[in-house]
Amino acid sequence: MEFFDRFAVPNPTFTIYASMVAIGLTMLAILVGITYFKKWGYLWREWLTTVDHKRIGIMYLISALLMLFRGGVDALMMRAQTAIPDNTFLNAQEYNEVFTTHGVVMILFMAMAFVMALMNFVTPLQIGARDVAFPRLNALSFWLYFMGAMLFNISFVIGGSPDSGWTSYFPLAGNEFSPSVGTNYYMLSIQIAGLGTLITGINFIVTILKMRAPGMTLMKMPMFTWSALITNLIIVFAFPVLTVALAMGTMDRLFGTHFFSIDNGGMDMLWANFFWVWGHPEVYILILPAFGIYSEIIPTFARRNLYGYKSMVISIVAISALSFLVWVHHFFTMGQGALVNSIFSISTMAIAVPTGVKIFNWLLTLWKGKIEFTTAMLYSVGFIPIFTIGGVTGVMLAMASADYQYHNTMFLVAHFHLVIIPGVVFAMIAGLFYWWPKMFGFMLNEKLGKASFWAIAVGVCLAFFPMFISGLDGQARRMYTYSESTGFGIWNMISFIGASMLAIGFILIVYNIYYSTRYASRDISSDPWNARSLEWATHSPVPDYNFAITPEVQSLEAFWDAKKKGHKLFKGNYKEIHMPNNSGVPFIMCCFFFLLGFALVFSMWVVAIIAAIGIFSCMAHRSLEQDHGHHISVEEITKTEEKLGGAKK
Amino acid sequence: MRELFPAKQVMGYFFSLLLTVIALAVYFVDMSYQVAMTILLVTAFVQAGVQLVVFMHAGESKDKWSIYTTVYYGVFIALVTIFGSLLTLIWGY
Ligand code: HEM
Ligand SMILES: [Cu+2]
Repeated sequence: MEFFDRFAVPNPTFTIYASMVAIGLTMLAILVGITYFKKWGYLWREWLTTVDHKRIGIMYLISALLMLFRGGVDALMMRAQTAIPDNTFLNAQEYNEVFTTHGVVMILFMAMAFVMALMNFVTPLQIGARDVAFPRLNALSFWLYFMGAMLFNISFVIGGSPDSGWTSYFPLAGNEFSPSVGTNYYMLSIQIAGLGTLITGINFIVTILKMRAPGMTLMKMPMFTWSALITNLIIVFAFPVLTVALAMGTMDRLFGTHFFSIDNGGMDMLWANFFWVWGHPEVYILILPAFGIYSEIIPTFARRNLYGYKSMVISIVAISALSFLVWVHHFFTMGQGALVNSIFSISTMAIAVPTGVKIFNWLLTLWKGKIEFTTAMLYSVGFIPIFTIGGVTGVMLAMASADYQYHNTMFLVAHFHLVIIPGVVFAMIAGLFYWWPKMFGFMLNEKLGKASFWAIAVGVCLAFFPMFISGLDGQARRMYTYSESTGFGIWNMISFIGASMLAIGFILIVYNIYYSTRYASRDISSDPWNARSLEWATHSPVPDYNFAITPEVQSLEAFWDAKKKGHKLFKGNYKEIHMPNNSGVPFIMCCFFFLLGFALVFSMWVVAIIAAIGIFSCMAHRSLEQDHGHHISVEEITKTEEKLGGAKK
Repeated sequence: MRELFPAKQVMGYFFSLLLTVIALAVYFVDMSYQVAMTILLVTAFVQAGVQLVVFMHAGESKDKWSIYTTVYYGVFIALVTIFGSLLTLIWGY
């Protein structure tokens, strides 16, 4: 019995027990359902072992939506707790766990997965490639992310959630102040998911640099591909810092080292320093793909080419370098001297310049365009004003001396939500509506889509604008309650109403997916938006091999010019196509990773060693395995192309 | 025969052995902490460069510019991170 005590949740409440039962029943229902419908084989062959970038993208998408709901419920709980003064819906400890989980889930397991989903699905298609450079590694990336996310999520019912904030600052996150295993979960699950991200980074840089269609020089790449390239570059340079910091934190917690302790030569602020050396580039990892998505959608629906392509490229390259030069703005109040703060203050403000250039470019693309307000376009246009408010308040925060006033208040919370929600979430939803027909061969309902936009746009403003005021009035972030005499009540109530509208918006999106899956017409063309880049030049849904004949590119808007100027994209005849084989090893290897993480969380060394041996065996298997892929014959290509409605010219 | 003998690699091998010996000497020879750290840092960076250029064949393919750009970018970020951290946590504190 003693052995099992460690798995108990430290401060159980009725809700936690209820969720345990709910999770148990759901798992059982899924298992029984799959068995009953005899879907195990299908699941294994088509999904768990797949190395196809499109299917991996779709799995990221499903995971991101699941995580959106987990994080969203957390958000609603926090807003409900603070909606009225002196509320007792959540106690202080529960509130700590909820905001920590919310932050980690939303940034690392929702936003990152959403970015990965669209990058995986779209980039190879946009550059006219058959898959990514290392398809097997791509599957490994996904499963690492997935297992990391699952490991993090079970902390809620086994052993207790982390409670020291998504930033997990030491010494608070050390054993002395966080004795439960929660923070172990934080360190290990983010470590596992982070490895996956790092691998994706390398994979996509190679893919984009090496596998572009003939004729597509770097300056003829679509803007989304450019942003994917730069994003992955930032990933490769930023994530190792996180990896090292997490490893050090893990050792502090599990093995009694003193990297981040206050005694024995440790330095607690070193954690904060490392965290933000990664953390600030991370926010740009999230925002750049979003910028790329807007740069695809806005020209498509303004019916003009993107204004200032070159300056767009230069500004994202500038952002990528600058994003590594500003991290100290997250702890201006640590106590370092005025010189240091001034340096980072200025570099932070400098970042607003290339960002501004991009905003003006989008505005100038809209200028004189024949704008068509589809759902994707509504989100893209709605992004501009709301994001600008978030960005401008960022510049206010960037003034070090003023930041002493704003730091750790609700003002900061308002800032980052007003950049991240229009910046990342709007973009992902817009991208979802835009690329959905390419993914699944039917369109999402526009009426429901527009309704969701209005609920979400109004919801965001209602939820976060009041925080500017209550923050300036002195409401600190991460406080579970406040007294009536502070006068914060009204602002928090408005905020709660906004949060509820956001929830309605997201439910509308999910309902839209259900509704369109059942009722939408399957009879659509492969280019329903009259778009401009290569992904629209192949069939919807896309065949395994993406393009029957590798396209040849002559101009920046290759597909548009093929339609309007008669450039010929597909020359020659079908040839045999070489494709990679599926493999179950990445999935199995990541199950071992999950086991390893779980064992380390609870310091179960024997299990950890067994799991580690499992991981190395999978790697050895890969090194010794002979796998030459398979070939798709010309006949098969001809048959597939005919079934999909005829060859592409 | 001349073309077959990997002279560059053999020389690189000896050079990297030499670098290792110098770094190892830091442990045996008595010197101040600052000098020791400087020697270690310099030999480490040179060592990494030798590995990249000689043994991992950076610069021998058509797209060597993209390899070198990435390497320079990486060095830039590494230096910024190290010296930036020193600046905020020690020198400017
Ligand atoms: C216009 C450019 C921007 C500037 C000048 C800026 C400036 C700042 C500053 C100075 C802080 C720290 C404030 C404090 O802790 O007191 C901050 C926090 C933050 N910013 Fe921004 N920011 C900008 C854009 C963005 C973007 C585009 C994102 C995300 C997509 C973002 C996400 C965040 C997050 C998540 C935090 C707070 C994290 C935390 O403490 O939990 N910012 N920003
Ligand atoms: Cu930042």
